[in-house]
Amino acid sequence: MSADRREWPLYEVFVRGKRGLNHVHVGSLHAPDDAMALRHARDVYTRRNEGVSIWVVRADAITASSPDEKDPLFAPNGDKIYRHPTFYEIPDDVPHM
Amino acid sequence: MTTIPMEPQQEERLRAAFDATVARHDRIEPRDWMPDAYRGTLVRQIAQHAHSEIIGMQPEGEWIGRAPSLRRKAILLAKVQDEAGHGLYLYSACETLGVSRAELTDLLLGGRQKYSSIFNYPTLSYADVGTIGWLVDGAAICNQVPLCRTSYGPYGRAMIRICKEESFHQRQGYELLMTMMRGTGEQRAMVQESVDRFWWPVLMMFGPPDAHSPNSERSMAWGIKRNSNDDLRQKFVDMTVPQAEALGVTLPDPELRWNEERGHHDFGEPDWEEFAAVIRGDGPCNAQRLAHRRAAHEEGAWVREAATAFAAATAQEGAR
Amino acid sequence: MSDEHGSVFDGLLGGDDSAQWAFGTGFEDPLAGVDTTTPGGVDPAELAAYCLMLGDDALIMSQRLSEWCSRAPDLEEDIALANIALDLLGQARLLLTRAAAADPDVLPRLPEGSPVPPEDALAFFRDERRFRNVWLAEVAGGDFAHVVVRLLLFSVARLALLERLRTSRDQVLAAVAGKGVKEVTYHRDWAGRWFLTLARGTGESRRRLLAALDALWPLQAETVAAHPLERALARAGVGVDPASAREEVDAVLGQVFAVSGVARPEPAQPSGIGGRTGRDGVHTEDLGRLLAEMQAVARAHPGGRW
Repeated sequence: MSADRREWPLYEVFVRGKRGLNHVHVGSLHAPDDAMALRHARDVYTRRNEGVSIWVVRADAITASSPDEKDPLFAPNGDKIYRHPTFYEIPDDVPHM
Repeated sequence: MTTIPMEPQQEERLRAAFDATVARHDRIEPRDWMPDAYRGTLVRQIAQHAHSEIIGMQPEGEWIGRAPSLRRKAILLAKVQDEAGHGLYLYSACETLGVSRAELTDLLLGGRQKYSSIFNYPTLSYADVGTIGWLVDGAAICNQVPLCRTSYGPYGRAMIRICKEESFHQRQGYELLMTMMRGTGEQRAMVQESVDRFWWPVLMMFGPPDAHSPNSERSMAWGIKRNSNDDLRQKFVDMTVPQAEALGVTLPDPELRWNEERGHHDFGEPDWEEFAAVIRGDGPCNAQRLAHRRAAHEEGAWVREAATAFAAATAQEGAR
Repeated sequence: MSDEHGSVFDGLLGGDDSAQWAFGTGFEDPLAGVDTTTPGGVDPAELAAYCLMLGDDALIMSQRLSEWCSRAPDLEEDIALANIALDLLGQARLLLTRAAAADPDVLPRLPEGSPVPPEDALAFFRDERRFRNVWLAEVAGGDFAHVVVRLLLFSVARLALLERLRTSRDQVLAAVAGKGVKEVTYHRDWAGRWFLTLARGTGESRRRLLAALDALWPLQAETVAAHPLERALARAGVGVDPASAREEVDAVLGQVFAVSGVARPEPAQPSGIGGRTGRDGVHTEDLGRLLAEMQAVARAHPGGRW
């Protein structure tokens, strides 16, 4: 990937839409540093007041699995549906789940 | 981004996996192998779309300062701001393909990448703000809703976000025109004049007829594009006719009528020579739009440099 | 999937699904449930004039900020400046509406049966001499350093004022202040951060920042100078005497200057002509030009509906 020196680094943005949910990747933006990235994220991705919590992380700080490794890394659990939390139906009123 | 040379066998295997993913309507993601031509087509299409959002801020932005009510001013400012956001989402999607926003900006300013021809037309009255919302954004939605299912994941996700916001854009435009039609005779005339001026350029937004659209077929095979230009144009006309009736305006096409047999409206042919001229750069506002964008970019250079220098200096202090 | 997104066409010709409408465009009433009666012992004309001061500051500042739309140094800042302009526009609408409700005599004369709502009558049909904003909000814009300095000076003073206004006996002003404090805190933060960045960025950014500070500092004094009307309403427990916020304003600006390595400018005399300022309706030449643009379409169609 070309690192353009004239350009601010790329950040990935994660927003927790409301309390009780995970942070979810919503997109990316450019900013000169972490503090400004957080500010930009608020302006760009929560204009409609969607988020109560924002994470930003420099895109080049993320280590990602490559698609070629997909099988060895993910296959063993692919058929074990019980490992997935969504397999279990939990009534809404049970706390701390 | 350069592709590392590889064994022909391996490439064949990867290509087969890619084809299979597209065939089962699954998504291609940034780190997947993809044919260079697929990547190139995506970059061209997403960048053009992003540029359209950014250039598209200008015709409406022209009226923020003169919006005739505070409510309309707030709506218009929020809308034009959304367009900056949409451009940003799309540039981000494009960046996952290995092209930086700075490079894309250079391509736009150098005239080497296009944006939607509609934004090379001027806005001449406040009714144009409504017409752009109703017709231009309406046409854009027709083009964009199918793109939510496009084969490239980041593009599709950006489009979902954009389409949700575009529905507000179209509705605010239509609502403005409805309100103006209930106003004075002068206002009604202003609405009709605006619709007359925008109708044909809006029909051109769907691109040339299928028979003359060189890239369409391959884009459809790859799942980048999901409907043909003519299909979308027809869908738009069918959708718009009853809206125009409800509004009380006429659409400036003597050939426009319902065809019972086809179950669609027949309509006239846009002036494709005018379309070609605007694409070529000879539209009423091409030079003005690019000059505005270039000025903003160049006048902002010292600010971007200052922020970069400040970030570097504080990072160094932190490390010390 | 296609059905889900096909739904964007639904309800185009009716219905009232406003869930997707943009934040900040005034579809929710921030004053729902707020007591709108004028508090006892307050002259309605004075209350209206006071609301115009605070409302015009926000309106004219918003108009200047929105000039940046599609012109900012990058997309992220374009969006940030539009957010700030929208916040201030929202404050202005509430305050102008309050002014008209407190004293209908404040409204300019419009033809019988005019459909123009009070906030728009005040924004678009009022003559320059009846605007009560400070000069800092109205002077013509410059480069990005100019907007940063202007917004810093403006929001530091406005935040200190709104914080105190939250306890106003006028329930509407208290509610507007409560909402505004959150917004202006962010504006001040944005401006302070950019002030620091430009001061310590490059030689050019520092030079431009100092030039903007030179140009705008003489207008800062007006933001903390107390107009007799403000003092009267402060005594009645409705308004805020800006002089009471002066210490805080000085302290906050002092901090920003210190971390930025910028020498604090000498105190300036409040701007004005013959002792009369923006609060009295005496303005710079720039306001006339601003209003000529802002009011052009509305005034061309006095019977228009928008």
